[in-house]
Amino acid sequence: MEDLKRILHSLPFFEGFSEEHFALLVGCARNERAAAGTFLFREGEEATKFFLLREGRVSVEIHSPGLGPLTVQTVSENEPLGWSWLFAPYTWHFDARVTEDTHLVSFDGLCLRTKCENAHTFGYQLLKRFSSIMTQRIEALSFQLMDVYGDHA
Amino acid sequence: METMPDLTVEPAAAAASRDPMRPQPYRIVRFTQNTHDTFTVALEDMNGAGGIEFRPGQFNMLYLYGVGEIPISISGNPADRTAVIHTTRAVGTVTKAMRNLRRGDTLGVRGPFGAPWPLEHARGRDAVIVAGGIGLAPLRPVLYHLIAHRQEYNKVVLLYGTRSPVDILYRNELEAWRARFDLDVYVTVDRGMEGWRGNVGFVSGLIGKAPFDAGNTTAFLCGPEVMMRVCATELLKRGVSDSEVFISMERNMKCGIGFCGHCQLGPFFICKDGPVFPFPKMRDLLSRWEL
Repeated sequence: MEDLKRILHSLPFFEGFSEEHFALLVGCARNERAAAGTFLFREGEEATKFFLLREGRVSVEIHSPGLGPLTVQTVSENEPLGWSWLFAPYTWHFDARVTEDTHLVSFDGLCLRTKCENAHTFGYQLLKRFSSIMTQRIEALSFQLMDVYGDHA
Repeated sequence: METMPDLTVEPAAAAASRDPMRPQPYRIVRFTQNTHDTFTVALEDMNGAGGIEFRPGQFNMLYLYGVGEIPISISGNPADRTAVIHTTRAVGTVTKAMRNLRRGDTLGVRGPFGAPWPLEHARGRDAVIVAGGIGLAPLRPVLYHLIAHRQEYNKVVLLYGTRSPVDILYRNELEAWRARFDLDVYVTVDRGMEGWRGNVGFVSGLIGKAPFDAGNTTAFLCGPEVMMRVCATELLKRGVSDSEVFISMERNMKCGIGFCGHCQLGPFFICKDGPVFPFPKMRDLLSRWEL
């Protein structure tokens, strides 16, 4: 448990969290490994977790019949993966394929949601971080869709 | 392909006092198709003088006889005077016609023109190069310089974003640079495809991950304006001083020497005052809808 706490402290995503909040987090966290080629989650499955990558790379994909898997984003060291655990109906919208052997910390979604309901400051701190990630993701996706390197560039 | 009908070869002494408005004949000694729409020409002065002395960031006006003249950044090694190298995408009338040229064909060349990247200023600092799409071409001379003078700089980081894996420019060189222990090279694409195991995402997303000391960094940006604006903002967020961010602008240069006004942007002539500018000089102009 102490080891896990140390790991959480080293993750930039939780920078600024109080000791009290780290104690809440660590109770929902688990150290994991995932081998290249495996899936952390698949579209349509229940979103029970989110992940923070310590090492390795995960590809966020959507499968399109006839086109195969299309990668929309890759996630690597120190980055969070997944926010569907936060919002009903708690279902994954993409596939997450491990493309390099990965070390990660997983967080139990239900455990965290319960703690967020009971400790609103903790919940607010967590939501602030996820909002920022979502904003960055939407902005990046807009530029990807704009095809800024295309013929009109 | 049409070539220059009368190839006047002038003595070397006369070349020194060349009229900047008069194109000099150059012969293509190498033609390389880099990607499906991007190609590189290596040109040699028909006087036998080889390439052109230039500073990274400068551009030449290339004249395809009977078609037109366009500004293209020099993308070769500044220390190599055997040929002058230009990489460009076939997108307009001139570049589409130029794509059909081959070894032995001729082009008119005027230049080099414009303000270079501030490489002397960046000595002793981390150098972060952020390139988008064909924007890697004007930055390649910077990398050649940094590698040749590696001990004079701290960290050297290249962040390169492009449309898809098949659009990656200078792939072999990127792999060679990535294999070096004294360079950090990150490549990302907007759209992944089967078999691609690298990063997918916009290039600005690499800025937060790259290893450099923001307080001691000079950044060199080249790519579409929207990409440079977003990346400059990310660099400032990371803590890089705005006066240490430099961008390379592109406009419709005609004369190349600040006479004609075609490339005027606000109070600046891009051809003469730029194309490389400190970001604070361009910040407001980049986000202005109309002038």
